[in-house]
Amino acid sequence: MEPFTRLTSVAASLPAADIDTDIIFPARFLLITAKAGLGRYAFYEWRYQPDGAPRPEFVLNQPAFAGARILIAGPNFGCGSSREQAPWALHDLGIRCVIAPSFGEIFFSNCFRNGMLPIVAAEADIVRLQAETQSGAQLSVDLATCQIVSEDGQALSFEIDPWRRDALLNGWDEVAVILNSNMTAVARFEAGQRARMAWLYAGEQ
Amino acid sequence: MPTLYDKLWDSHVVSQEPDGSTLLYIDRQMLHEVSSPQAFEGLRLRGATVRRPAAQLAVADHAVPTHSRGRPIADPQARDQVALLEANTTAFGVPYVALAGDRHGIVHVIGPELGFTQPGITLVCGDSHTSTHGAFGALAFGIGASECECVLATQTLRQRRARNMAVEVVGDLAPGVTAKDIALAFIAQVGASGAVGYAVEYRGEAISALDMAGRMTLCNMSIEAGSRTGLVAPDETTFAWLRDRPMAPKAADWDAALAYWKTLPSDLDAAFDRLVVIDAARLEPRVTWGTSPDQGAGVSGRVPDPSAAATPAEAERIRRALAYMGLEPGAPLTDIAIDRVFIGSCTNSRIEDLRAAAGVIRGRKVAGRVKAMVVPGSMAVKRQAEAEGLDVLFRAAGFEWREPGCSLCVAMNDDRLAPGERCASTSNRNFEGRQGVGARTHLMSPVMAATAAIEGRLADPREGRS
Ligand code: SF4
Repeated sequence: MEPFTRLTSVAASLPAADIDTDIIFPARFLLITAKAGLGRYAFYEWRYQPDGAPRPEFVLNQPAFAGARILIAGPNFGCGSSREQAPWALHDLGIRCVIAPSFGEIFFSNCFRNGMLPIVAAEADIVRLQAETQSGAQLSVDLATCQIVSEDGQALSFEIDPWRRDALLNGWDEVAVILNSNMTAVARFEAGQRARMAWLYAGEQ
Repeated sequence: MPTLYDKLWDSHVVSQEPDGSTLLYIDRQMLHEVSSPQAFEGLRLRGATVRRPAAQLAVADHAVPTHSRGRPIADPQARDQVALLEANTTAFGVPYVALAGDRHGIVHVIGPELGFTQPGITLVCGDSHTSTHGAFGALAFGIGASECECVLATQTLRQRRARNMAVEVVGDLAPGVTAKDIALAFIAQVGASGAVGYAVEYRGEAISALDMAGRMTLCNMSIEAGSRTGLVAPDETTFAWLRDRPMAPKAADWDAALAYWKTLPSDLDAAFDRLVVIDAARLEPRVTWGTSPDQGAGVSGRVPDPSAAATPAEAERIRRALAYMGLEPGAPLTDIAIDRVFIGSCTNSRIEDLRAAAGVIRGRKVAGRVKAMVVPGSMAVKRQAEAEGLDVLFRAAGFEWREPGCSLCVAMNDDRLAPGERCASTSNRNFEGRQGVGARTHLMSPVMAATAAIEGRLADPREGRS
């Protein structure tokens, strides 16, 4: 996984509440079984008119924010479906960090598997960050210090689970980590469970 | 003292890592065609195998057509996606429920039906409605495709423990009011993100009185309040339902399992971090008017007025929903005319749901301009319904009678609404575009959806009850 350490970028604001993963990645594109190149479908209905022309009012269609790597979102961002196509599509657009008052839990956890940092921030801080960045000012997000730094130097601290922070900073692949370091414990757990609850292993060797 | 959730969690801890995370053992995983291709591909790329093939079960449900089971599937993308699941499960030795077979159905309908879902286990699926299985007292939650890969390879997931929420549903439901109405009332009460970070246990007299179908409906929609996990403590209703299911424990195993399952309910003095109380007797049939499942009201209510909202943000949220839904503030909900009716989805496509819907038809016909369909949740449900003559009843009333699948719940196959069409739906999400680009969805129970089909508008299923 590509590590996440520090990022400086303009920040695009999508303040609406409850932007669900059906909005981020509409279901009809879920028929695509590839993981790469999904950015073109991100926010499809919000980004394009029925004839395929870009909607100029949508923030990511505006030249100043087209390359934004940071999204500042409303409450409950990424709620709904567990589809990992949502973070994959955002990642493909270049987005690496989403700052919101709250997140859909599955989306939140999916981000970490893809080198993306979701940050929970207080509503008041979100409002300030949105105001600061709406004319194109940049934000710096530093995972080592857990701070979001504005252009004027003001720093906002955020919290993150230590294990998730370490994984992002180092670009660790979680499956590889577990396979390398935990499988003895897994085998021990299985042996114990099998002794206590044989029915869960009926028919298995 | 521990809650049901605590017991399920504690009994699956493989290790407590120094970094604060918990490695949790996963007993069972269900896989479907949408969230598994990238997981299998990931395994292939790292040269890994499936640790416990027998602990997995795969089925194609999202993209499959519901007109007929004839192959090939017309849509080339859907055909490829289903073929890929078949190829992957064959290559990795994962049990696969055939599309044309007797056991086929929506993942969250067939897991319980087959007895793959059991009390006391951890169960995951790359699907947010995995919370459904919590109705059996299983710790069941939705995950992403990368996590599916992790479970295939290691049978574990790194997780963070949730907090405990009790939803106490006191009193008795009135006739015509169902588990769906409890779910919609709970979501409206706490909000679409009100249960984020919590495992929700539904309890109280009204829950004990629910059959398994109702409990599944309720747990299914926990994710619409933000919780990945909904739970009901296993009891005699659960055990009677599970006994003799094809994959349920047999003989001495059954006795041992049963003894264990009886230890699972929350201790009497278990501490919950949050308590929500719902009075079942005061609930009326509910329906959503907005684009988030918490935007709903009792059927006697009206479309809300954004100018009366408590905060500017809430006003804006309502305004956005009404603009999408094409609704006027203050209009009675029962004035809303509908174009389509969908009875189906993993929320409400079980035999009990179909019986209830059929029960309100009583020889009447679907209103002239309405196109209505019933999509059974599984082949077993379909066969049972046909044995009871429900298909004849639905067809005679003007409903289409389909093959099992997700269908119009997610509009990935050819079942979808045209832009602007309005649907009375028993599914779980009224999100923008969920049933097709520009489609407008009103969520409700099967009895209310059937009533809406006949009336051609949203209507109170209790009116005209004998
Ligand atoms: S019926 Fe709908 S909610 Fe249920 S699994 Fe299928 S798409 Fe998901």
